[in-house]
Amino acid sequence: MKGSFFDELRRFNSFDFYSFLENVRRQDIERALLKEPLGELDFLSLLSRNALEYLEPLAQRAQKSTLANFGRVILLYAPLYLSNYCDNECLYCGFKQANAIQRRKLSLSEVEREAQEVSRGGIRQVLLLTGESKGASPVSYIKECIQAVSRYFTSVGIEVYPLTEGDYVSLIASGADGLTIYQETYDRGLYGRLHPRGPKSDYRFRLDAPQRAAVARMRQVNVGALLGLGEFQKDVFFAGLHGRWLQDNYPEIELGVSLPRLQPQAGGFVCAHPLTDRELVQSLIAMRLFLPRAGITISTRENSALRKNLIGLGVTRMSAGSRTQVGGYALAPAEEGQFEIADTSSVDEVKEMIVQKGHQPVCKDWQVL
Amino acid sequence: MEDQLIIAGQAIESRFFLGTGKFASYPLMREAIVVSRAHIVTVALRRVDTQDRRDNILEYIPKECIIMANTSGARNADEAIRIARIARAAGCGNWIKIEVIPDNKYLLPDNAQTIRATEVLAKEGFIVMPYVNPDLADARRLSDAGAATIMPLGAPIGTNKGVCMRELIKILVQEINLPIVVDAGLGRPSHAAEAMELGASAVLVNTAVATAQDPALTAQAFSLAVRAGRIAYRAGVAAPKDNAEPSSPLTGFLR
Repeated sequence: MKGSFFDELRRFNSFDFYSFLENVRRQDIERALLKEPLGELDFLSLLSRNALEYLEPLAQRAQKSTLANFGRVILLYAPLYLSNYCDNECLYCGFKQANAIQRRKLSLSEVEREAQEVSRGGIRQVLLLTGESKGASPVSYIKECIQAVSRYFTSVGIEVYPLTEGDYVSLIASGADGLTIYQETYDRGLYGRLHPRGPKSDYRFRLDAPQRAAVARMRQVNVGALLGLGEFQKDVFFAGLHGRWLQDNYPEIELGVSLPRLQPQAGGFVCAHPLTDRELVQSLIAMRLFLPRAGITISTRENSALRKNLIGLGVTRMSAGSRTQVGGYALAPAEEGQFEIADTSSVDEVKEMIVQKGHQPVCKDWQVL
Repeated sequence: MEDQLIIAGQAIESRFFLGTGKFASYPLMREAIVVSRAHIVTVALRRVDTQDRRDNILEYIPKECIIMANTSGARNADEAIRIARIARAAGCGNWIKIEVIPDNKYLLPDNAQTIRATEVLAKEGFIVMPYVNPDLADARRLSDAGAATIMPLGAPIGTNKGVCMRELIKILVQEINLPIVVDAGLGRPSHAAEAMELGASAVLVNTAVATAQDPALTAQAFSLAVRAGRIAYRAGVAAPKDNAEPSSPLTGFLR
């Protein structure tokens, strides 16, 4: 038994982040710039305000590292929303139970029509998403959906509510090969306030989900935090530590980290700690240097111009042509999606943008065996 | 005397093998192959999309090349075996580079699983080129299992650190009666020349070429360095010694 990342987190229970970050000196950053691999406190130093002065040399190093590990290649995928029924009350989410939005769950034939439409655009890796409703979208339904889309894609990931190890085993057997699950915020108190009701209020069950998936032998495991809910330095730091802990204990997984930034959504949630572009770039670079082998995803939450500039700084994976409504590709629903899409470019336009940046857009990077 | 590299009975025209991952585009990859005259090129099956008419990597590989699929992404022998079979069915031929990597942090291979996959695939008629940590006992096992070459790593993949495993590779060259192809970690043409001077039969390079400012020119430099290194090996260029050797030896009077 390898314990849990929960125990790792506890090491920082009485750690004074504020004073550490305020006291990072120039020489700490300069030392971190030359170090490989970075220790956890080097990583944290790179998230300090003083590190912003070193953004350019840090970016240069991040680019070198990304090039050596991943080459001039960006992987493309698209999300496919299956159902927006949800028993949770996440204060920041467009799908929360209290929101008076049109609820919809795709039938299997609709799922197939959506899959067909996504794959027509050239996408070969798909990410299936659902709200958390064991009634509307139980594991058996997710399983059927994986089977329904598998002939259109070479890789099927899932971003669904946390499951048991046994459920992950069963979804892998149906053809899933990637799991994406974000802790949203690693700050336990804040997590409790943001998720007041519903099964998602169980912080620990969600925190251990990536580990259960790794034990179930999921190939790709993506972790992350929704930046803007709490202080970004802490959440980026813990997301990085979570990634490193998984990589150390389950070296077989292909680790991915995402840095989604909170955008305005239905329900009028006001982002308490909005990140500037500069801080997002700082986070991305620090993550790249701390976890040189991790894939890093930037979704269409970010606009096209920013996404273009992030290529080469550490990003390895991008969504393209995304729709975040249930049935958004083929069924053209009127209702709002889970979040607002900032980059509305088509798959071909995203590919063109990547080519302009001297990289190769790649749609297939695995096939389920 | 002719110096022809033969693998599995087939004459190989270049001792410089090129990997096709990490390039900024398929046309740039093709140019690097053409300019360097690489004869064997490796292709990761995970990236081959036979359904994509516009962007199938195989379309960009010159006809005269031998395509060697690799099992990148395999975590154990069973996955490597399945990938090899899928590769053959997808039209990649029966040359296979076995890569079994259960460690995504350092990307180091698992020799035991690689030996198991080699046993199975060699029996199925594949020309098997296993990528391994340089280890004499394992190289012997691979040879017994029917491997066509042994491909020890020079240094961890993508590190550009050169022939860090020099002494162990030298032992493989001396003891194993199969072509030794140094794969991974070669960052500069001089590294490739060094591997060839040691007596390697060929080298395989990917990252250093694919991520260079000018991949074609870099591939050409590697290719020339491989030729120079090979000629040096055949010429018997003096190996470095651990101790100084006086040019007027003390026993020189005993003539």
